[in-house]
Amino acid sequence: MSDMIVLNDVSKRFMSDRSIKDNAGKPHWFTAVQPTSLNIRKGEIFGLMGYSGAGKSTLLRLINLLERPDSGQVIIDNEDLTRLSASDLRVARHNIGMIFQQFNLMSNRTVYDNVAFNLKVSGYPAKDIHARVMACLEIVDLSDRSQHYPAQLSGGQKQRVGIARAIAPSPKVLLADEPTSALDPATTRSLLACLRDINEQLGVTIVIVTHEMSVIRRLCNRVALLHQGELLEVADIRDGAIQATTPIGQGLILED
Amino acid sequence: MIISAALLSESIAKLLTMKKEIWQALLDTFIMLGISTTVAILIGGIFGIFLFLSSDRQFLQNKTAYAILGGITNFVRAFPFVILMIAMSPFTKAIVGTGIGPIAASLVLAIAGSFYFARLVEQNLREVPRGIIEATESMGAPPFTIIKVLLNEARSGIVSSVTILSISLLSFSAAAGMIGGGGLGDLAIRYGYYRYQTEVMVFIVILLSVMVILIQAGGNLLAQRLDKR
Repeated sequence: MSDMIVLNDVSKRFMSDRSIKDNAGKPHWFTAVQPTSLNIRKGEIFGLMGYSGAGKSTLLRLINLLERPDSGQVIIDNEDLTRLSASDLRVARHNIGMIFQQFNLMSNRTVYDNVAFNLKVSGYPAKDIHARVMACLEIVDLSDRSQHYPAQLSGGQKQRVGIARAIAPSPKVLLADEPTSALDPATTRSLLACLRDINEQLGVTIVIVTHEMSVIRRLCNRVALLHQGELLEVADIRDGAIQATTPIGQGLILED
Repeated sequence: MIISAALLSESIAKLLTMKKEIWQALLDTFIMLGISTTVAILIGGIFGIFLFLSSDRQFLQNKTAYAILGGITNFVRAFPFVILMIAMSPFTKAIVGTGIGPIAASLVLAIAGSFYFARLVEQNLREVPRGIIEATESMGAPPFTIIKVLLNEARSGIVSSVTILSISLLSFSAAAGMIGGGGLGDLAIRYGYYRYQTEVMVFIVILLSVMVILIQAGGNLLAQRLDKR
């Protein structure tokens, strides 16, 4: 199987709080992601797992360059995003959907307009937008809520709007940043089923960040175990069991 | 009771003799308020957007630009309004041909209002959750589209800011009257204060209060309607 996402030695560090400086008076840097290489295959559901501060969200945000890596390359579908101009990067992003822990829906637009917005941004033909919005709302089972505002929806419904919005322009990749962390267990289960359907029926490659072992076990084909900005190992998941080999990795998967 | 009723009818009779001046003053106030609010919304709005976008962690982040824009804003806002009016009089003369009258006063009001409004808009935009900007960026939206999203998400706060702006400009416009701006404030001072015609003063204060109440109520209603959060 060929690779959809290739990360070559990507790293990222942040300047920590400006008031904190070391003895030499230089700003203090904090390494969120050590140089990391990772291949994610076409059509798989890939997990990024670790304790908080492990760098998993940063690693995810490096994939669509929401965070620009300090070094290394990010190759999506054979295209190196780090070499693209600002406008070419915007075009490339139409192929990479993203959903968030806090949903990040536009609160002053209806469910319909939230989904339609992404289609307009990605240059979808205006005459086809209506049909596509309704089709995507159908996929996430929210057709009857199209004229509601996000504030009128439950957390699970909001996240499903997030999914409909993200998949509307038919992206090849869907990035999910802790999509179930704000949801209760029952809602989490139905949301994971929704993500699995999208993966199976639309062939979208999904990368999901989570700290919940159960999410990884139910959803993912493989998982990268991260610790303090470092990739410990990439483990396969067979029959809901994670085959970790490193000690910290094994500790991580025992947590639940 | 009888005495106060007599006083009231006498006051009304006096006010009626001044109908023409009061109408003119009301018109001048509307001119000053209309021109200055409109200009301040446009200039201050654009300025406020750039203040916000050049600030830390935003997509036009630029320390120097933010310091310069912020510095200009603080400098203009530091002026007491009457002093700004005097300081700007050569400039107003050059542009509208005269340093006095409602049009000249509108220009100064517009400048003072612009920088005031810029700060309000900056605050309004800061209240938009950062995640919404990120989501928009992740979709590959160009900067202009992101600005539109920001304004739409902040719209209810911006309407409240316009309300505050127009009420502030209404009260500034009364001060503008002191140096020949005309308007209700000017009339209240010339007749009510210098000529001891208390009824003129009282009437104008009531008139201004009613205007403030109407602007505030209208602003609140609109802000509430626009807020879907």
